Amino acid sequence: MAQAKPKKNGAVAKKLIGMADVVISAAQRSKDPTFEIPIRALSNVSFNPRKGLIEMGEKKQARTFFNVGMAKKFMQTMLVADALAELQQADLTTSLREIYYRTKHTIQDSHENTFDTQDESDPIIEDLEVSLIALREELHVRAENSGSIVGPVVFGDDGDRVDCAKLGKGGYSVPSIVEPEYLEIRRCTADFLLLVEKGTQWNRLSEDKFWRRYNCVLLTGNGQPPRGVRRLARRLHEEHKLPVYVLVDNDPWGYYIYSVVKQGSINLAFESQRMAIPKAKFIGLSSADPERYELPRNVGIKLNEKDITRAKELLNYQWFQKPAWQQEIKRMLTSGLKYELDALANKDFQYLTKQYLPRKLKEKDWLD
Amino acid sequence: MGARQREISVSEFFTKNRHLLGFDNPRKALLTCVKEAVDNSLDACEEAGILPDVTVKLEVVATGSTPVAPSQATRFRITVTDNGPGIVRQQIPRVFAKLLYGSKFHRMRMSRGQQGIGISAAGMYGQLTTGKPVKVISRTGPRAAAHYFEVQIDTKKNEPLVHENRQIDWAQPQGTEVVLEVEGRYQKGRASVDEWLEQTSIANPHVRLTYHTPEGEQKSYPRTYHELPPSPKEIKPHPYGIEFGALLKMLQDTKSHTVASFLASDFCRVSTALAEEICKAAKISPTAKPREVKPQAAETLYKSLQTTKIMAPPTNCISPIGEKAILSGLYKQIKGEFYTAVSRPPAVYRGYPFVIEAGLAFGKGPEEAPKPQQAAVPLAEGEDQGNDTEQARVIRYANRVPLLYQQSACATFKAVLSTTWRNYGVSQSRGALPAGPMVIFVHMASVWVPFTSESKEAIADYDEIQKEITLALREAGRRLGIFLRRRERAASEFRRRNIFELYIEEVVAACNRLKGGNLPTEKLKEQLHKIASSRTGGLKTDEALGKTGAGPEGLPHSIIVTAEGIEGETEVAEHVPAPGAGAGTSAAVEAAPAKKAPATGKRAVATAPASKPSRRASGETRKAGQQELFADPAGGKKAPVRKTSSKAAAVPRKRK
Repeated sequence: MAQAKPKKNGAVAKKLIGMADVVISAAQRSKDPTFEIPIRALSNVSFNPRKGLIEMGEKKQARTFFNVGMAKKFMQTMLVADALAELQQADLTTSLREIYYRTKHTIQDSHENTFDTQDESDPIIEDLEVSLIALREELHVRAENSGSIVGPVVFGDDGDRVDCAKLGKGGYSVPSIVEPEYLEIRRCTADFLLLVEKGTQWNRLSEDKFWRRYNCVLLTGNGQPPRGVRRLARRLHEEHKLPVYVLVDNDPWGYYIYSVVKQGSINLAFESQRMAIPKAKFIGLSSADPERYELPRNVGIKLNEKDITRAKELLNYQWFQKPAWQQEIKRMLTSGLKYELDALANKDFQYLTKQYLPRKLKEKDWLD
Repeated sequence: MGARQREISVSEFFTKNRHLLGFDNPRKALLTCVKEAVDNSLDACEEAGILPDVTVKLEVVATGSTPVAPSQATRFRITVTDNGPGIVRQQIPRVFAKLLYGSKFHRMRMSRGQQGIGISAAGMYGQLTTGKPVKVISRTGPRAAAHYFEVQIDTKKNEPLVHENRQIDWAQPQGTEVVLEVEGRYQKGRASVDEWLEQTSIANPHVRLTYHTPEGEQKSYPRTYHELPPSPKEIKPHPYGIEFGALLKMLQDTKSHTVASFLASDFCRVSTALAEEICKAAKISPTAKPREVKPQAAETLYKSLQTTKIMAPPTNCISPIGEKAILSGLYKQIKGEFYTAVSRPPAVYRGYPFVIEAGLAFGKGPEEAPKPQQAAVPLAEGEDQGNDTEQARVIRYANRVPLLYQQSACATFKAVLSTTWRNYGVSQSRGALPAGPMVIFVHMASVWVPFTSESKEAIADYDEIQKEITLALREAGRRLGIFLRRRERAASEFRRRNIFELYIEEVVAACNRLKGGNLPTEKLKEQLHKIASSRTGGLKTDEALGKTGAGPEGLPHSIIVTAEGIEGETEVAEHVPAPGAGAGTSAAVEAAPAKKAPATGKRAVATAPASKPSRRASGETRKAGQQELFADPAGGKKAPVRKTSSKAAAVPRKRK
């Protein structure tokens, strides 16, 4: 890991310094300094059915200095770039929140702060990721560790050997940066990978040692999986050929989590290449399951207006156009109910481990 | 049963229902007593064509042996003295000690009082709570003798009881003094005597008001407008405003011998020809005797009166305050940066003519404006610049009398709420008053103000009234909007240059660090500054900043106060004495405006045609304005009392 880093960092640092050059050369030519920032919105992404990925389009937005509406953002962009360059030089990693604090100060002779809240600095970091085509990890910014993994897999982390089969029911906390130079996958003997939306259900499976009986890796991202978790799943899938199954709640948000794992997200479409797992399968909870597994109607939750709106949006996404998916979402809308994974406990505390997943796997009952 | 039924006298009724008249609690009762006495004084003075000088004195009456603090006291002596025409001796007992006796009820003319209940009810309240009679001194002229009366009311018969009646020596050449002793509570703040007097002074800048507080302080509200409001004419009722019962009564009481002449002479806007037409429509002979009209026929007559097209009533029976006087009043009492006043043309509801007037005072005044060089305190997350979320204050008037209670039930308040102030650059949350340092003044002048109750606290909301108030507020708001936009425009140019200047420092510093700290930063800054100034209009920005003067852009009846001086209706502002000397300053000061009064007052009106766009103050005025605005209220004793200047000090301009 030591050899690869300086060169790569040098490239990122160079890109950041290049931003100062934009300002200097524009000033010399009496031009308004301008950055081109790719737009991160649904309007600028497209689904590539061949690759099974969401890809970012070409649309860009100019951020100029001498425009009342953009001046502050421009200034903030320069401050963040400066802070990121500092990280490169010192070879440190940091969090989004630390970047915010690092760049926050009151502008001289005024009451104005450079940043008022973190909500202002976070999108700028994403802007820089996209426009410099540098990954967040390459910028040395980490997200929170909010993922856990357990199963027959062995990692090398900062020289320590981490055997995820010997970490009890708590498992290993997935770091936010899992690139090969930071996290090495030394051995993996699992047959598949199960990505669970909810920490509670992951705990259930871990406690029941589901992974031992079915020889799999259990991974959770506690809700929308963070980059580290997604990237690790992708690496296990790619480097160790593990099929990936996604287990989420039966609601529009669960469907979307699955789609993010599979095709990438709209906001971070530029990272789909590296994160998406186009072959991931949706194992549950399907809107067909309540009937098939005889879940009583009273453990369902009525879809609220937001759910319905979101579901209808999903129906229009290009990557949900497969007939099976249209049927899946429409079935949920018709029933008017959503189901949480936890609802399976209605039948038995261990229903998920002992009945539901085994039958799913046996019947190969999943959606693509 | 029948034996137990007997007549109830009006006085008895009100003894039991005193809350109907505004005596529900001791605090309000004190205010009501002051209000009734002052209203009577002002009405009397104006009717007699005398510029009113009114003195109000509140004293604590000790109930035990030890003196009590005003805030703890429960009994007060109220003394109200005016320079009015006085009351003839024979009338005094009945005016002050008989309910529903007065000159105002039976006529259609604008006045403060309407029913003839007020002062006698106050007297009765005093009698009920302290047992003390009303003491009255009145003198009708320098050559007449002053009479002293002590009167009480016989609550059963509603007749006055005279306890004392003698001639006395009185220092005043003319006028009336009323002394009431009542149970009350003195408390400052909202809906207090102090607030009421202050608001009275705003709407009545022609009144000189002196107020001795129970704490022994003297507050003077000088006269800043030296013309009496034109005396309102009395009118006859308009057919649209009359109820059926009233018509029956009028038919009985009329002096006319035929229905046609009754209609023509007892109503306004009914000509002889029109009267005959109405009779024809009602199938009543025009020559029939009014007293012999059968109830059924009267009903058809009533209906045809309502359906016939009749001209709106004449409007000379109302005397609005007028834009200039409102401006003068607002400017005198309220600190601000922008003042405007709107008088609507007369309108009619239920056959009663009325006029709506609105005024606005906006801003904090230059003294309170934040100082630009204030040390910057870094703001933490979640903090803001301390932009105040103060809500506007609505001051309401009916026939020049401030209304302090039941704000939310009042048509004026509702109209303020339903006006979309956001259109005029003032923020406003849903269903709330507009936010900002603003005082909204609304006045309804009418021969008959429709109050929601006898205690006269809120104006009933008739559609016609609501509409007029809304129109007046919109016009005032529109002018405020123009003022704010103009200021905003200059400020935004300024801010634009400013933010670029601020951000250039930051951007250059960041570039410098990125480039390893060896950047020719001064050169880069200079280059960027050059781009900034070429992109934001360069030198022209300074002009937009108001460094070169631009007058109030055709804003009629408005005053704009800036640090440099006053723009707009400066004549009005000129009359307002500078704030400076506090309470209790010398009599010489008070004499000064009086001497200069009539002449300047007229000039002010004559030289400022309403249609002409206001202009910037002359150098002299500006200087005067400055002096006025920056005079330190604390240093009142040393305030400039110059003989040459009419801006001698009297009352510190206060903002509430």
